[in-house]
Amino acid sequence: MQVASMHFKARVHDDLHNAQLQANLRKFQGKFVPLRRNALVELDDFEGTREAARAIRQHTLDELDTWLALFEENAQARGATVLWAETPADVNRLVLDIAARHGVRKIIKSKSMVSEESALDHAIEAAGLTVVETDLGEYILQINDYEPPSHIIGPALHKSKDEVAALFHAKHGTAQKDDIQELVLEARGVLREHYLTADMGISGGNFFVAETGSVVLVTNEGNATLATTLPKVHVAISGIEKIVPTLEDVATLMRLLPRSATGQSISNYVDVLTGTKGHGEVHGAEHMYFILVDAGRSAVLASDVREALRCIRCGACMNHCPVYQNIGGHAYGWVYPGPIGSILTPMYVGLENALDLPQASTLCNQCGVVCPVKIPLPDLQRKLREQQFARGMRPWTERAGLRLWAWFARRPALYAAATRLGVRALRGLAGKNGMITRLPFGGGWTQYRDMPAPAGRTFRELYRQRAQRQASP
Amino acid sequence: MRVGFFVTCLVDLMRPSVGFAAISLLEAGGAEVFVPPSQTCCGQPAYNSGDRADAIALARKVVAEFDGCDYLVAPSGSCSGMIRTHYAELFAGDAAMSARVAALAARTHELTDFLVNVLRIETIPGRFAGKVTYHDCCAGLREMGVKTQPRTLLAQMPGLELTEMADCETCCGFGGTFALKFGEISSRMADNKCRNVQASGAAAVVLGDLGCILNIEGRLRRTGDTQTRVLHVAEVLAGMTTPTLSS
Repeated sequence: MQVASMHFKARVHDDLHNAQLQANLRKFQGKFVPLRRNALVELDDFEGTREAARAIRQHTLDELDTWLALFEENAQARGATVLWAETPADVNRLVLDIAARHGVRKIIKSKSMVSEESALDHAIEAAGLTVVETDLGEYILQINDYEPPSHIIGPALHKSKDEVAALFHAKHGTAQKDDIQELVLEARGVLREHYLTADMGISGGNFFVAETGSVVLVTNEGNATLATTLPKVHVAISGIEKIVPTLEDVATLMRLLPRSATGQSISNYVDVLTGTKGHGEVHGAEHMYFILVDAGRSAVLASDVREALRCIRCGACMNHCPVYQNIGGHAYGWVYPGPIGSILTPMYVGLENALDLPQASTLCNQCGVVCPVKIPLPDLQRKLREQQFARGMRPWTERAGLRLWAWFARRPALYAAATRLGVRALRGLAGKNGMITRLPFGGGWTQYRDMPAPAGRTFRELYRQRAQRQASP
Repeated sequence: MRVGFFVTCLVDLMRPSVGFAAISLLEAGGAEVFVPPSQTCCGQPAYNSGDRADAIALARKVVAEFDGCDYLVAPSGSCSGMIRTHYAELFAGDAAMSARVAALAARTHELTDFLVNVLRIETIPGRFAGKVTYHDCCAGLREMGVKTQPRTLLAQMPGLELTEMADCETCCGFGGTFALKFGEISSRMADNKCRNVQASGAAAVVLGDLGCILNIEGRLRRTGDTQTRVLHVAEVLAGMTTPTLSS
């Protein structure tokens, strides 16, 4: 996917002034947050389960090579082929190789964010093949000229029902609907034909289970079940960090994933797919491939933000992020928006291509407290800020200002003298109501709000005066 | 009991009345208050901007300044949170400093938490008539566990009616330098906060961090709300709620 993260601020400006988007975002905000809260009440020990989930994810990452090798062995034992993609381009090449090997002409896909990283759909179409997205959100985006997703579990949730209705009317040539159920049925009718005529199904993978060589798919629409079992070839694509040692571990993680994501106790469908169709089995692919994608993940594993790889893609961090809630997902400019995207995007596409993202957070830590695998998201954003600072990637004005301030703050006597002058000068800028409406070097503040003026004397001055008064009655 | 008072740089510069209010509360609770005269800043602006070297230098300074105190108390969840939850990471690998930092962290408190859980203050000196709503500042809430403490104290004040607003735990959009770097997002977040404050019917929003006060008050005034007051919890509890322009 094209990286547009360097246009963050411009995009934010547009999105904050897009009335339709803002209305859609308000609706979204009122939905997932309370649903999650209500679903967590069902757990006897949320914090204990969360700690267990964190531990599973972390110890697996600590010995990732071992678990990947075990997964490969067990998947192959069940007749699947395990392929490794070092780069996004490798993903596309491997998929097209598989398609060529089996004479594939039409591919259906259930949702895969990893395949967005390499813009797989475009590569498939460029090779002259047909690809159809079957997740409803992804389908909506595909027929809207491949509009980028704005959320990792609800890729089209920036769109209203009416926008989708107008799109279906325009693209399907059908009468315009105004009922969600009718729209769903219309999409289902269109997609059903493709399930029956596709030669290959591509899915993502929520978990790859090392002890069984299985892929676990967590979905709500049933499309993944159809897309992975009806065509003769199934290709499951996911990142190397999605390995989980055992099905027991999956059970623990599944107590948290749907609850954190959509507020469901369990998703409508959980597919555990192991190996190719066996003798006497009615359903299943005859050929099964796993593509395990690195594309920057091993570099993250070797970095000081490695904890980001614990992510199980529930979306809770973005659902609860007050920045995301106000701007939506598109401004982040790549596959993964919100707090986790602010870590992963710079790591996967280059810090220099996503300069604003580690900074675009108040570090309020609402994301950190809802994360089901306890990723310390603000701490990781701060780690990237440290890299930016060390590599001179922040504007010189910011670096100079910071250095100057810190130079004074380390020298109390000079600091006291400078601040005495400073607060008097600022006091002089205040209007009658005690507000400063324009601050030199503070346009980012006063363009949007007043600055309450300082009292005009520092605490330390007043405190010393008080102490002197008390000493000499 | 010798309580080291960490004024915070924002209170020192912008609103000294908050510092004096806090000291009067600590003294009312029986503490002997000591204000290290060389203190400036906890280093959080440097830390959150990725400037580790300056953050470490300022953290060393704070640790040295408060070595001799039984407690460190700040009228801020943000600065006390920096000291209690983030200093340790700055000195990882430095055993001697780590021990001093851990010892300081263990005796560092946000003001209302200290009043309730350590001093167990029984009489609130201030008087306040009217309806207020409380905004939970992020670091106080999520780093220092400040939630019930200010409400417990405010509820003891006769004449004060506490009402909860919607989304009281949602960030106001301040975020330190975030407010300058991303002024447009920041002010939109502040708008949401202002709307919730106004919808609560409270005459004042009370909170525990000056950064958030500047952000919320600044946005209220810019959007024409000259009535809703934005008060630090120490000012309310101490009965020192003079309007800011004459403070």
